[in-house]
Amino acid sequence: MSDKTLTIEILRYNPETDDKPTFGTFTIPYVEAWSMLDALEHIKDELDSSLAYRWSCRMAVCGSCGMVINGTPKLGCETFLRDYYPNPIRVEPLANFPIEKDLVIDSEDFIKKLESVKPYIINAMEKPVEEGVNKQTPQQLGLYKQFSMCINCMLCYSACPQMGLNPLFTGPAVIALGHRYNLDSRDDGYEQRTEVIQGKNGVWSCTFVGYCSEVCPKNVDPAAAINQNKLQGSQDWALSFLMPRKGDK
Amino acid sequence: MQVIKADVAIVGAGGAGLRAAIAVAEKNPELKVALISKVYPMRSHTVAAEGGSAGVIQDHDSLENHFVDTVAGGDWLCDQDVVDYFVSHATEEMIRLEHWGCPWNRKDDGDVNVRAFGGMKIERTWFAADKSGFHMLHTLFQTSTKYPSIERFDEYFATDLIMEDGRAQGVVAIEVKTGEPKVFLAKSVVLATGGSGRIFRFNTNGAIVTGDGHAMALRAGAPLRDMEFVQYHPTGLPGSGVLMTEGCRGEGGILLNKDGYRYLQDYGLGPETPVGQPKNKYMELGPRDKLSQAFWQEQRKGRTIETPLGDVVHLDLRHLGEQKLMERLPLICSLAKNYLGVDPVHQPIPVRPAVHYTMGGVRADINCATDLAGLFAAGECASVGMHGANRLGSNSLAETVVFGKVAGESAADFASQNVMSDERKLLDQAKAHLAAIESLRNANGTEKASHLRHEMVKTMEDSFGIYRVGEEMQAGLDKISELRERFKNVKVEDKSKVFNTELLQAFELQSSLMVAECMALGGVERKESRGAHQRIDGFEARDDVNFLKHSVTFYNGDAKPRLEYEDVNVTRFQPEERVYGAAAEKNGEGK
Repeated sequence: MSDKTLTIEILRYNPETDDKPTFGTFTIPYVEAWSMLDALEHIKDELDSSLAYRWSCRMAVCGSCGMVINGTPKLGCETFLRDYYPNPIRVEPLANFPIEKDLVIDSEDFIKKLESVKPYIINAMEKPVEEGVNKQTPQQLGLYKQFSMCINCMLCYSACPQMGLNPLFTGPAVIALGHRYNLDSRDDGYEQRTEVIQGKNGVWSCTFVGYCSEVCPKNVDPAAAINQNKLQGSQDWALSFLMPRKGDK
Repeated sequence: MQVIKADVAIVGAGGAGLRAAIAVAEKNPELKVALISKVYPMRSHTVAAEGGSAGVIQDHDSLENHFVDTVAGGDWLCDQDVVDYFVSHATEEMIRLEHWGCPWNRKDDGDVNVRAFGGMKIERTWFAADKSGFHMLHTLFQTSTKYPSIERFDEYFATDLIMEDGRAQGVVAIEVKTGEPKVFLAKSVVLATGGSGRIFRFNTNGAIVTGDGHAMALRAGAPLRDMEFVQYHPTGLPGSGVLMTEGCRGEGGILLNKDGYRYLQDYGLGPETPVGQPKNKYMELGPRDKLSQAFWQEQRKGRTIETPLGDVVHLDLRHLGEQKLMERLPLICSLAKNYLGVDPVHQPIPVRPAVHYTMGGVRADINCATDLAGLFAAGECASVGMHGANRLGSNSLAETVVFGKVAGESAADFASQNVMSDERKLLDQAKAHLAAIESLRNANGTEKASHLRHEMVKTMEDSFGIYRVGEEMQAGLDKISELRERFKNVKVEDKSKVFNTELLQAFELQSSLMVAECMALGGVERKESRGAHQRIDGFEARDDVNFLKHSVTFYNGDAKPRLEYEDVNVTRFQPEERVYGAAAEKNGEGK
């Protein structure tokens, strides 16, 4: 370990003792290989054991460690001190969520939204396993694959300006997830997801800022999912004038 | 004290726990399931599995091939009836996942594609790029949300089982968000809590893999089996330990020492196969234990590459080309870039062995029933007996769903056939456990838990590595016992309730130390070399006369665990010399 040090400011909040969140400052050794998680672990192990944050896999796939680093929503595990040194780093919990403690936000509302979009194959003709797999060409897989990559890290909810204005907005990740199933050749659930995706708190709450896709660590591009659904929604609406049954397929 | 009643309580919501929950719901929708997890289900460590999941699917493959590969891969310490059950049910589980939406990679005609994996004679590893565990987990989690009988308790940290009348009838847990203790009463309990890899310093595992379920079962009276067998994965990133999937080698990646030489040919895995033409069970497609051992030997010979993050060898994927890497191994490429600044399209990836998997676990039979009535176990936390002394890559994801389903159905049957004991007695039990939670929260000793943890992981790394020596293992065992003793004098500084992760980490450490002692004792007493347990102090050979046996460790209070041995169920495949590469063909292992 070198003699170099780095300053990290962390937004601290303990609901049992604090009226409001305030910044705490820590000086840590600067280690070139360290990620933000390594820094936080050092603080928790050596400087302040009460620091609360979520983490697990350290490889950007479990989605636990979303946080706002110098104003940008990022995963702590793939944010490296070397990209900031020697400047101080400011760490805050994800925006647009209530804080439970320190960097831990309350994600229950997100999970409820996720469940509301019926994120599973809805198939009128379920076949027994004895009949083997469904055929799905690489092209059919390619249609939805990108939207199946979401790790539920919620960075896009932190980035989205509409989330702050309308907390009922279904939000980028969940719309992308519903879209993922709608695009799956094995799924017949489009109608059942329409209300959540096309309702007033669905895609029409989005003003297409596009910051959600910019911060997405997995290139899911939820903004594209929202845009494709706006287009689909408009077509359905237009078709409803021309065809009976509101343009149902 | 809030009491939550269910028919089946499941602890852990990774691959095995979610599959178990769905199995209960499908078997009997009337049964109420409480699915309890210390993290949101999609954070479970199943998410980090990369390469894929085994299931025989090709016409020129057979269940017998998968059986032989698994038993030989496990150095004959596998219960063969269990392996038979596993291989004959793996494929249907892969198909079921497909029906549930898992985006398995496809061939041009739309059929499912499979890739080669270490120690497997024929390609049978179903994969979703290099995020197979991620996709399996999200598919299972999302599918589980459609069953109304499954109620999830996300971010509830289970501390102890409630035992009454000799049966497991619930668990006590801390609601992490509030710090409030909760009592779950159930007619049966499933443990699906994952492994214990974080007991070692350098590992591929997530923060949560701390052996909580292992210790919970131990304390309640269920023994752990084969805990000395800890798998070192041959290819972790130096520094972090982040996993570079075996799929890299399945796709044709090669391992090179500092001279650019494919050293595996010197360790019974050759002859060298042409670059870009991987051959099953040769060279880079040998089993994990052999490959990790070869690294250690190369390091001793001074033929590894020195880096500031430790000695490494090179995993070279360059000849696969950018297009294939992006299609098959995109996560690997981005991890190597982000963590080491290495682009696998143009540069070899530095790798070294890292602790990856706990072969042993809570002793369970072919029905996932443990020694305790009403308690079932599945997935990495269980020892159903299928992995033996060395697990083959892609068998563990398949295990989570094959035996997750079995555990769920067994627990459903048990819940249907039993009634709960007198509730007052159950709550008395619960109160004792709740007192233990408060006692640890108020622990005011002088030992810092994080420092005890640092000592533990260092001890296990030093004493229970890829090669082991009796004296060093004994010193390691003594050190772990000392740490257990010192833990009694621990201090938890944060006395608050809301999201108190210091308290949770103290519970995790307490569990890890208990499990570490079982691993250490099993290692000291196993005076032979088999699979992942390799000794270089006069016990270099496998000893089937004395040690074709499972080790079984029982909780013994503050004292060291009690150790017993039990027979391995060998049904039809008698132990042979375990060889790979050309030697295997010479021995006629091609059966």
